[in-house]
Amino acid sequence: MNSMPVSGEESDRKLWIKEKWLQHRKRKKRMARQVLATQLLLLLSLIGLWELAGRLRWIDVLIFSYPSKVGAQIVKDIVTGELWPHLFMTVGETAVGFLLGTLVGTLIAVLIWWSPFLSKVLDPYMVVFNSMPKVALGPIFIVLFGAGFTAIVVTTLSITVIVTTLVVYNSFNEVDSNLIKVIRTFGGNRRDVFVKAILPASFPAIVSTLKVNVGMSWVGVIVGEFLVAKIGLGYLIVYGFQVFNFTLVLSSLVIIAVVATAMYQMVVYVERKLLKER
Amino acid sequence: MNAVPVVELRNLDLIYVTDREAVLALEGLDLSVYSGELISLVGPSGCGKTTLLSVIAGLIRPSRGQVLLHGKPVSGPSPEVGYMLQQDYLFPWRSILDNALLGLELTGRLDDRSREGVLELLNGLGLENTADKYPHQLSGGMRQRVALVRTLATNPDLLLLDEPFSALDYQIKLQLEDLVVDTLRQRGKTGVLVTHDLSEAIAVSDRVIVLEARPGRIRSMYQIPEHIRKAQPFYAREETGFNELFHEIWRDLESQEERGNRN
Repeated sequence: MNSMPVSGEESDRKLWIKEKWLQHRKRKKRMARQVLATQLLLLLSLIGLWELAGRLRWIDVLIFSYPSKVGAQIVKDIVTGELWPHLFMTVGETAVGFLLGTLVGTLIAVLIWWSPFLSKVLDPYMVVFNSMPKVALGPIFIVLFGAGFTAIVVTTLSITVIVTTLVVYNSFNEVDSNLIKVIRTFGGNRRDVFVKAILPASFPAIVSTLKVNVGMSWVGVIVGEFLVAKIGLGYLIVYGFQVFNFTLVLSSLVIIAVVATAMYQMVVYVERKLLKER
Repeated sequence: MNAVPVVELRNLDLIYVTDREAVLALEGLDLSVYSGELISLVGPSGCGKTTLLSVIAGLIRPSRGQVLLHGKPVSGPSPEVGYMLQQDYLFPWRSILDNALLGLELTGRLDDRSREGVLELLNGLGLENTADKYPHQLSGGMRQRVALVRTLATNPDLLLLDEPFSALDYQIKLQLEDLVVDTLRQRGKTGVLVTHDLSEAIAVSDRVIVLEARPGRIRSMYQIPEHIRKAQPFYAREETGFNELFHEIWRDLESQEERGNRN
């Protein structure tokens, strides 16, 4: 460019660039709309097919029920208020198991990071406990803590704690050793290293275990309720199964799907908030 | 020259112990660095350059012999010694100012006055308006300058520079060499630079020390002539005698490599 660009050319170019951008945005929006439409279509046709199959007796209604019956069951439970105690109990157990599991798991990780000796001593125990199907311990927890809230929460903890510990401890060890060297060159001690380098560097890993733990907690709680509960969504499933009321079983499953998704999205939201500030 | 060296190594040996074996990493090192001097350590990889810096910094204890700092034995990291690493290693979750304040925080000397001093340092090294930014928003050269500020913030007399320019683009590297040498000279700091770039070593320092590998030993020492020393690093490379010196040290390093290959 040897002379000043003519202002007409300049604005032409700007227009052209903006047009390109608008086209790009339009394409993206159209794609998003198509995906959403297909998703809805898929859901509605599955429900419709199910309804049709039930009404025309293609499937055994006693076992598979059908959507309008399931919907009516849910509405009835909500209106009579029968649903709430079950829902609150299950959500409460899940929330407590989830928060406590993350906290305890992280604390254990800190402890074994602090003491390499302890880490070596505990290593085989952790391997065994990690490989073991923790749910098999359920009966022991019930005998120990009584058939109820505590036993269910402990069952949940047995699943979440060890995974949290392993993931967080791993992330502690993966912190760049040069960041630790920086702290040490200024005369920082082990506590400084932990507080100023290890913990903040592992923060994203700790937050991402939240997401894993939310799913794990639901497994623990539902299994725990299968074993002992007299209240809760897991109990409703087992009860419905025993009295052969599969409409009740399926409506409980639908409620679990909705509530678990809501809880997961909440954790995703919290995660985004926590990591955004960095 | 001053009577008491800033750093003195006395017959220093270091053995590296792993599960498989014990290796003699450094053997019989004797070295004195005087106030205001900037010396370079060059040598083949495996000669223990970085290890030697860690020993001087008090991060690794020698197996035998002594490290003296102002005549007193080193027992651990001290605020009198600043250490600059190969890369900036700024903490990504801290702002630039918080990164620069790290050393003051750790040595418990952070107050309004020292914070003011660090802000001045940032400005003085061409980092105006970066205090509230985060490392990922800065270029590599700027980040390494922040690392220099972080090191200088605790006001050490001795700076250990572990290939601080090696991760940078050539042009930035030359600019930063000038900046670091200027900064050290103005403040009367003593420096020990580890580098694998021989021309950098000659251009920057007062003395070049050639190390030998396995075990790490001092092979030879070259005093850099006055006129090359006085010139800024960028221009020192064009001074008369620079090339001759470069080739002399180069041959020294090469003959060592040949010997190593024959073994």
